[in-house]
Formats: sequence, structure tokens, C-alpha cells
Amino acid sequence: MDYFAQQLINGLVLGSIYGLIAIGYTMVYGIVGMINFAHGDVFMIGGFIALITFLILISFGLTAIPVILLVVLLVSMAITALYGWTIERIAYRPLRHSFRLAPMLSAIGMSFVLTNYSQVAQGARVKPIPPFITGGYTLHESQDGFVIQLSNIQIMVVVTTIVLLAIFTWLVSRTRLGRDMRACEQDQTMAALLGVDVDRTISMTFVIGAALAAVAGLMYLLYYGLVDFFMGFVAGIKAFTAAVLGGIGSLPGAMLGGLAIGLIETFWSAYFSVEYKDVAAFSILIVVLIFMPTGLLGRPEVEKV
Amino acid sequence: MTAPSTHTAKPATGIVALLKSAFINALIALVLFSLMVGIRTEAGHDGQLTYWTRFGELASLVAIVFGGSIVIELFRQWIGPTGAEKLVPPAVRNGMSFLGRYLAPALLIFTLLVPVIFYNQRYILDLAILVLTYVMLGWGLNVVVGLAGLLDLGYVAFYAVGAYSYGLLATNFGWSFWICLPLAGILAAFWGVLLGFPVLRLRGDYLAIVTLAFGEIIRLVIINWQDLTGGPNGVSGIPRPSFFGIPLDNSDDGLAAKLGIEYSATHRIVFLFYLILALALLTNWVTIRLRRLPIGRAWEALREDEVACRALGINTTTTKLTAFATGAMFGGFAGAFFATRQGFISPESFTFQESALVLAIVVLGGMGSQLGVALAALAMIGGFELFRSLEGYRMLVFGMAMVLIMIWRPRGLIGHRAPTVYLTKAKAISSDLVKEGHG
Repeated sequence: MDYFAQQLINGLVLGSIYGLIAIGYTMVYGIVGMINFAHGDVFMIGGFIALITFLILISFGLTAIPVILLVVLLVSMAITALYGWTIERIAYRPLRHSFRLAPMLSAIGMSFVLTNYSQVAQGARVKPIPPFITGGYTLHESQDGFVIQLSNIQIMVVVTTIVLLAIFTWLVSRTRLGRDMRACEQDQTMAALLGVDVDRTISMTFVIGAALAAVAGLMYLLYYGLVDFFMGFVAGIKAFTAAVLGGIGSLPGAMLGGLAIGLIETFWSAYFSVEYKDVAAFSILIVVLIFMPTGLLGRPEVEKV
Repeated sequence: MTAPSTHTAKPATGIVALLKSAFINALIALVLFSLMVGIRTEAGHDGQLTYWTRFGELASLVAIVFGGSIVIELFRQWIGPTGAEKLVPPAVRNGMSFLGRYLAPALLIFTLLVPVIFYNQRYILDLAILVLTYVMLGWGLNVVVGLAGLLDLGYVAFYAVGAYSYGLLATNFGWSFWICLPLAGILAAFWGVLLGFPVLRLRGDYLAIVTLAFGEIIRLVIINWQDLTGGPNGVSGIPRPSFFGIPLDNSDDGLAAKLGIEYSATHRIVFLFYLILALALLTNWVTIRLRRLPIGRAWEALREDEVACRALGINTTTTKLTAFATGAMFGGFAGAFFATRQGFISPESFTFQESALVLAIVVLGGMGSQLGVALAALAMIGGFELFRSLEGYRMLVFGMAMVLIMIWRPRGLIGHRAPTVYLTKAKAISSDLVKEGHG
């Protein structure tokens, strides 16, 4: 039971990170209708920028951890958001009215560009950082000595995710921008006729998605203590799986899917085999889609001839 | 860098506007590259991260963006808003279509002669074999994506199944290539059907992710099932193919000895070349023939409109499954060939990058155009080899090329196709009239 509780905590933390990335996929899919294959690499770039900012701040002699974290968060969100904006501008906007596979291929190309760009710019070796946030709480200790640990970093990841989700939900449901986004999702032409700047709204979607991916990158860096140029691919595929599992285009679905994938992976590693955790996650995706072809929370597409 | 927006605003002219936009682009580049390029991090011996600055590189990159955006903007204004295509005079266009008619036969004859022309250039022969392998993979995937309109992001799985089928059967049981080749095809087709079943109800992007997941599952199983596949170490010592039972080596039973000619290592390469050429042409021939059969027509109908297809009484289940199985079978053949050519296979050869590459070849080739796929394979693989000297920058350039080609020709190199059914005369259909990939 204790072991189960510990795995539950670990799974929720991992799921939060996946969920943050998955929101970027699902948002872009909802509005533009394309799979943004480069999104996983945007997450990787976010991790790298967080790492570099950390290094610079520390070498300047800053020691107050909350200040460092806040600055790193803002810098990596800002720069990564600019990456998202630029990618949309260069690779996707010219193809917006093209046929469906063109932007996807362009996105795959962009993903190659970003992966290899960071390999060339920062080297292929894994970059570790010393643990910044240490300590934690012991929730429960059983007779045989098994301890349920809840580390501070885990608390931070989950709290940050919840806060961001609250802000994000408010943004989508209450603000002008959110209304524009929902309008574009339903009908771009009609939205444009009613005075919504479609180009700007789509750009903002990419900016917000990239900023959330940057937060996920920072969390990943703090939680695992390392980044490397290839981490975007695996994380991207998992997050995309999460988005599809939850029903692509649905925002709560993305978070739910992220948590589901995180939990499946953690429990499978804990109780069965670490090697096959990804196989388990993908297999469950396939099984879910057999019975619910539009994911857990997705709306069925209306078929028109 | 400023992409054409949806509303056609009059392009700003004048030197001031030009400099201003270039300056903004350079500023964006400065922010983008500031940390990623301007600062270089590396883990030291004690695991401590250190960093040093590279402001020179940063400055030159920003300068390149500044200059580049001026050049691109001037170029765009010089071409004008009409677009490049209209600039081609009709005479040249007629000449091109004339060329186009004879391009395929000419290319085929040239390909047949490649081993004769380049007999002493091992490098070119190896490259030609590689290109032909991708032509075959492209043609195989074309059945699924180009004809049936089912987006498959995990095609490499079937390539892997074919390669491992031959590799394992040959190393464990000593079966010959010619027995294993059909077996590899059958096994891959079986896996194609296995993948096909769960995705029957899925459409579009759900299909894409499931095929991607399937490709990853196959790769992960190969890596982790160490008893059978050797895991990351792969399978080595896979036997070379024989000329229908006669080995191509230096022994007394070898083909060279039997024919009474002097043995040369190039014989095997030439043999491999013609083998893959024959396999690729078989793929092409079968595809062309299938397109004229009811099943091929059903595939194309499925691509155009699934709902209408069902309304007309076409069994979409069998149509989809046969498309997956046929495409997978050719992938399996190509995989068996790959295994016998390399003599060594490992999971590293079957990553998502390969799937993406083959898909890129199909889409760049113009989806459904056989000649286009062949040309795209030549351009992609050949171009990739040209940049071999760039080392780490190679994939970077490759990715950029993919993005640029998609922007330049989203419909692929050969954007129109000959209709399958016509009344009296075949007229090329513009690809704008053809909608693909609605799953």
C-alpha cells in the first residue's frame, strides 16, 4: 500500500509535466488542425534556456533560490515563447491554407532543425545540474521501514501545474483572447468576418503553448536534474499520445491524458518492467482508441459529404 | 522571414521599410540565439557545468539574419506578387511536358546502365543502392498514403519486421534469402493487418498517432526482447544473398568460378543493385496494375471520400486492410533486402526519423505519383549524401530543406497525376482538385 502511494505521487508529478506539454499540442490542433511535431523540441529548448539562465545567475553570485527560480521561469518562458512564435511564422503560416499533410511535414522538418540546432549549439552530451530544491516530507513510515516521500520539488511541480492551469483556464474562458481563440477554433472565416484577427490569435496560441512547454522544460530540469538535445522527441511523443488519449482539441482532456500516461508509465515500471513502460503507454493508447475513437473527452467529428 | 499573410496587404516598399523589417528580424534572431548560441555549456570532469561565451558566433548569426532578410525581401519584390509559376512561358512549359513524358523511360534506362557506367566507383554504386531502397520504400508507402489516403507515421515498423524476419531466420535456421524474402513480405503484411484492425474506425490524426505508436512499440520490443533479437546489439553475421543458390564469393562453387571469370568484390554490389532495382520495379508494377483493379479504385475512392465510399457499398474494412497489408509487404521486402545488404541490423536503423524520411519522400514526390516519389528519393537521399562533409550540420540542413520545400511546393515535386479512369484521352488532374489524407 505504501509502495502504491509512493508510485501514485511519482506518477502524478510525471503526468503534470506531460500534461503541460500536451496542452500545447491540443491547443494548436484545436485551432489550426495540425499536429505540431516540433512542440516536443520546443519543450527541450525551454529546458536548455532554463539551464543556461541558471548557470549565468549562479555565476553572478545570486543565492536566493526563490529569486533565481522566478527569473529563470520568466526568461525561459519569454524566449521559448518567441521560439514558438517564430516557428509558426516561418514554417506554418505560409502553409495554412495548404493541404493537410504539408504543415505536418514542415513541422517534422522543423523538429529536425530544432533537435540538431541544439545539438550543434550546445553539444551532444547530457547536461546535469546540481539539485536546487532539496528536502521534503515523510508522509508515512510503515513497520518494515518503507517511507513515503514527498519531496519539495514534487510539491512545486504539482502546485505550478495547478496554478498555470487555473490561469490558463481563466485565459481561455474569460478573456478577449480566449474568446477569439474559441471563435477561431469553430470557424476561422466567420471569426475573421466578425473582426477577430485570426493571424494574431493563431500566433498567440503558439506563444502560449510554447510558454507552457518552457515551464514543463524547467520542471523537467529541476525534477530530473538534466537536459539533453534528444529529450524533446520522447517527451513530445508521450505528450502527443496524452493529448490524443484525452481527446485531441480538448484542454481538460490533455491534462487528463497527461496524468493517465504519467500514471501508466510509473505503475508499469514499478510493478512490471521498466523496459516496457513505453510499450504499455502506447498499447493502452491503442486499446482506448479502439473503444473510444475520439479519445476520452473528445467530441466526435461530424461527418459531412 | 515575413511570410505572406492571409489578407493581401500591399507590400511595403522603400528602403526605410526594408531596413526596418530586417532590423526587427535581426532583433528577434538576437533574442532567439542569445542564450542558445551566445553561451556554450559543457559538463566538466567533476560533473560540474561550466560555460563560456561565444559572442562572435552570435553576432555573425544575427548579421546573417539581417542580410538574409534584406536579400529575401528584395528577391520577393523583384519576382512580384504574381508568383513564380506564371513567369514560365508557355513554350518552355510545353517543352517541359514533352520532357516529362520521356523522363520516366529515360530514367529507367539510365538506372539500368548505372552499374555499367560506374562499375569502378564503389561509392556511387552503394549510394545508388541506398537511393533505390528508399525509392522502393517510398513506392510501398505510397500505396497506403498516396493511394488509400491513410496517414502512416510508423511505416518503418514493417521495414524492421522484414529485416528481422530475414536476419533471424537466416542466422538461426540457415534459410536462404530467396525463401526468406517472400516470408518477410508475408510476415510484414500480417503485421500490417494486425495494425490495420485497431485503426479501422480511426480517422486522420488519430490514425497518425496510432501508427506512430505502433512503430515505436515494434522498435522498443526489438530493443528489449534481448533473447530473440539481441537487443541494442542487433543481429550480425546475416548471410549475403546468393544468385539463386550459387554464392557470390571467391570459392570454387562461386558464380565467378562457374562462369569462368575472374572474381571481383564488385560483382556482389552489382548483383545487389539489380536485386533492389528488380524489387522496386516489382513494387511499381504491382502498384500500377492494382490501380486498375477494383481494389485500387476502391483505395482511391476511399482517399477522396470515405463516407461516399461507404454509401456506394464499398467495404471500407477490407479496403483499408488490403492497403495496409500491401504497403507493409513491400516494406517487408525492402527490409529483407536491407538486412542482406548490410549483413548487420540493429534497432537504430528503424527509428521514427526513417518513417518521417519515407513519408517526406512520398509527400515531396507529390502523393500518388510514382515518378515523383522516385525523383524525391533521389533528391532527398542524394542531397543528404552531398552534405556528408557537414557532419553535425547535416540533419540541420536536411530539416531546413524539408521546411523550405514544403513552403515552396506544398503539393510536392509532381503536383498533378494522370487519372485512373478517363473517357477518351487522359488529362492531367491538377492536385488542387484532389484532396488527400482525410483518412
